[in-house]
Amino acid sequence: MEQFSGRVWLLGDDIDTDIIIPTEYLALKTVEDMKPFAFSPLRPELAGQIKEGDIIVAGKNFGCGSSREQAPEVIKALGIRCVIAKSYARIFFRNSINNGLLLIENPDLHDAVTEGETIEVAVGDHITCKGKDYPISTLPQNLLDIINAGGLVKAMRRRNGLD
Amino acid sequence: MGMTIAEKIIARAAGVDCVKPGDIHTVEVDRLMSNDGTTHLTIDMYNKLKNPHIADVNKLVWIVDHNVPSDSPKTAASQKKMRDFARANGITFYEGKGVCHQIMMENHVCPGELIFGADSHTCAYGALGAFGTGVGCTDYLYAMVTGHSWLLVPETLRFNLTGKLKEGVYARDLILTIIGRIGANGANYKAMEFVGEGMKTLTMSDRISICNLCVEAGAKTALMEVDDIAMDYLKAHGREPKACFKSDDDAVFAQTYDIDLGSIEPIVAKPHFVDSVVPAKECAGVKIDEAFLGSCNNGRLEDLRVGAEIIKGKKVAPHVRFLVVPASNTVYQQAMEEGLIDIFMEAGAIVMNANCSVCWGSCQGVIGKGETLISTGTRNFKGRAGHKDSFVYLGSAATVTASAIKGEITTADEI
Amino acid sequence: MGATVIEKIIRRNTGNEAAKAGDIVTVNVDRVMIHDIFIPFVADKFEEMGFTKLWDPDKVVLIYDHLVPASQVDDTRHFRRGDEFAARYGMTHVHRSDGICHQLMTEAGYVKPGNVVFGTDSHTTTYGCVGAFSSGIGYTEMASILGTGELWIKVPETIRVNINGTLPSNVTSKDIILRLIGDLGADGATYKALEFAGDTIENMSVAGRMTMSNMAIEAGAKCALFTPDEKTAEYCEIQLTDAERSLVGDEDAVYCRVMNYKAEDFVPVMACPSQVDNIKPTSELEGTEIDQVFIGSCTNGRLEDLEKAAAVLKGKKVAPFVKLIVTPASRKIYRQALANGTLKILSEAGAMITHPGCGLCCGRAGGILTDGERVVATNNRNFLGRMGTSKVEIYLASPVTAAACAAAGRIVTPE
Repeated sequence: MEQFSGRVWLLGDDIDTDIIIPTEYLALKTVEDMKPFAFSPLRPELAGQIKEGDIIVAGKNFGCGSSREQAPEVIKALGIRCVIAKSYARIFFRNSINNGLLLIENPDLHDAVTEGETIEVAVGDHITCKGKDYPISTLPQNLLDIINAGGLVKAMRRRNGLD
Repeated sequence: MGMTIAEKIIARAAGVDCVKPGDIHTVEVDRLMSNDGTTHLTIDMYNKLKNPHIADVNKLVWIVDHNVPSDSPKTAASQKKMRDFARANGITFYEGKGVCHQIMMENHVCPGELIFGADSHTCAYGALGAFGTGVGCTDYLYAMVTGHSWLLVPETLRFNLTGKLKEGVYARDLILTIIGRIGANGANYKAMEFVGEGMKTLTMSDRISICNLCVEAGAKTALMEVDDIAMDYLKAHGREPKACFKSDDDAVFAQTYDIDLGSIEPIVAKPHFVDSVVPAKECAGVKIDEAFLGSCNNGRLEDLRVGAEIIKGKKVAPHVRFLVVPASNTVYQQAMEEGLIDIFMEAGAIVMNANCSVCWGSCQGVIGKGETLISTGTRNFKGRAGHKDSFVYLGSAATVTASAIKGEITTADEI
Repeated sequence: MGATVIEKIIRRNTGNEAAKAGDIVTVNVDRVMIHDIFIPFVADKFEEMGFTKLWDPDKVVLIYDHLVPASQVDDTRHFRRGDEFAARYGMTHVHRSDGICHQLMTEAGYVKPGNVVFGTDSHTTTYGCVGAFSSGIGYTEMASILGTGELWIKVPETIRVNINGTLPSNVTSKDIILRLIGDLGADGATYKALEFAGDTIENMSVAGRMTMSNMAIEAGAKCALFTPDEKTAEYCEIQLTDAERSLVGDEDAVYCRVMNYKAEDFVPVMACPSQVDNIKPTSELEGTEIDQVFIGSCTNGRLEDLEKAAAVLKGKKVAPFVKLIVTPASRKIYRQALANGTLKILSEAGAMITHPGCGLCCGRAGGILTDGERVVATNNRNFLGRMGTSKVEIYLASPVTAAACAAAGRIVTPE
């Protein structure tokens, strides 16, 4: 079982895609260029504070709004190890799977965790926070197939006999 | 000794009987126009004054036209500053109603006035026999606070026009030809005065287009006599002249040029200078990405009629973005009534709200790296229309529309 | 046992007559839509995946709308990449300045009842207005569809919404969908289909239905479906087949939730800053000063929306120092509104009428605001920072309410 720990950034409910990456920056050439503007309408300083391996913990409906795939991409590019939310908007959910960003659903952790503390994640099993375990489930097989292939691009390359 | 029109207006504004080129006079400014390009800077300076006040608020006209509708929080903030100030001080204020010079011509400019505009193309007002000149924010602020300014009396270059423009040749071709002939600094510090029998063949729209572009030859102002055509325009817009001047027979001109309108051909100014002019046919075949019909220079009803007649029943080339931007809401509404807007829409043009658009280049309709624009705008400086590595050609409404259809620079007779 | 509309569409599409909510199925895609913001990314991913041809170029529609007219110098790069991609893979359905993608997909006949359609935009749910299953996806999945023509989906559960009776005269379908989003919450329909029925819905125009299906995503819905009827047939310019007529939710179908409304109970409402589900009756917000009004978008930029706004503004003026920006949803709508005098009324009231496109709704240009400003808008999102800085307050409303607010300069309930 894959296990890791990370420092928590705590966000609220309904974190929308315009907060994650505003439209103004969508025509920048690369996701690297977009990184400094991630979460800027809500917390302009956050993108500069996130370190490789950190974890975002959020409330309900994380990623609601537009279909922009730059949203999960920019989160991944910032070095976020995984997002743990009460629930996700569906397009964001699909986009994250297709880009290999790990999303975990848990209804209770958000209300227990404090920003800045370190939590432990045992993928597909549980999260440990302040000594307490929060159970988490696994994804359906068809999604695991995409993740295991390394994302949808790699899955398609394999299908087309390239890798 | 006799005086030119420019000298007579300065003498009037200075309250003296006679002025001559080279004199510096303190003048009372009749009207002060400012737009969203720089007004926020003027306000910042105003607020730093010890005892800020406005000499005569009735002289001020503020117009938001450059970035309309706003395209960034920064633009919005500078426009808000302007709007709030205008509101608090009772300044005549227009927003989204059209390009400043067109609004001034439609609503404010009177023959014989001395007008400062915080915009270089203020020289357009000469079409109604007013001395319009562009100033920076500091000069603007001084005049706003004191009601006065100082002015160096310019020498005058006289252009004596004869004959008539040929079919398919426009005022735009004429003024580009003149700028090409005298050069981008050929009229530095000078006034350009247009007279002669040929004037009778030029509409008000033509005249505005000519005067407007004189700053591209460096002119301080441009002037025309107030004849029946000018008076009709003025009356139609419900205004009376302050004073109608003509140059005296014995006035002294730095130079006089005789121009036969019948000799003018369609002209294009090539990147990146307005005086880099060639016959339009020499640029035939240059591929374009965008075409722009609009601006204070060529966004009037007459220009839209020229474009619409050429494009009616035809289509914009698939890869060309053809921006059609009326110079004011009044122009837009008239063009609507005449069915011109629908002709452009049917042809596949992008019809925008009245504003400066790509002529100003930091607004909607910008061009990207390596792209080429043919434009009726005022300037083709490097980077003016968007990316620093892009190319702008200037031409008449006819040349621009014909090029939009073909996807490459061409003249209307080839369509 | 009976089926919901979405189950019927998926059964017909997959040939799997047992398909039901919760099943994971692979659907055959009838049409896809890609817009200018994402085409470079789709193109790159498509080629990175190793595809060498489109599964069916006729089924792919490329629409430039978010970046028209271009407001930043790199925007035109998207047009170039799109044009290149279309040329290389033989795509003919390319719209370069014809309006908003979601309007064009049904208006130009790309989507028919019962189709399965995906788009690189969350508001792809719009096409449910003609009884199509349509949903937004990211660009990586779009690239895979371009190569394979397929996509896996989980058949969604359905929330059935029944509305019966006659709406008050100042209430539009916008007020209905806003109220519904408020009742459901921003995630109340996540992963689910919405299905609308009742005589209020039957009497509603396709344009009105479109507003509702468009905004279903704001409650998280995967799609929002209306049963095709004679109004649909007329709009799509088709004769309905029996299969299309049968796209009705059965009496004994399984719904995860049923919501019943009386049309008479609806009142004008607004979504208040900065969540779409923060719904309040407009009457509770009256008197709030505003700086700008935006009428347009794929939610409410249609002919009947513009007509309703014009009816409110006829003979009136937009309040001083308030801006009204009107952006028709498509070139066709613009021309219709031009022909029937709607644009004239709006322009005379003082509106800035911009070229059809996403305009302000996508927050890149078209009227961006700054700190402390307040806008009433007819589009679909009022997220923090969507139209400028995070200190801009966005209130979402119907075109009728928006027009009334523009005239008053503050929030008012339309009469």
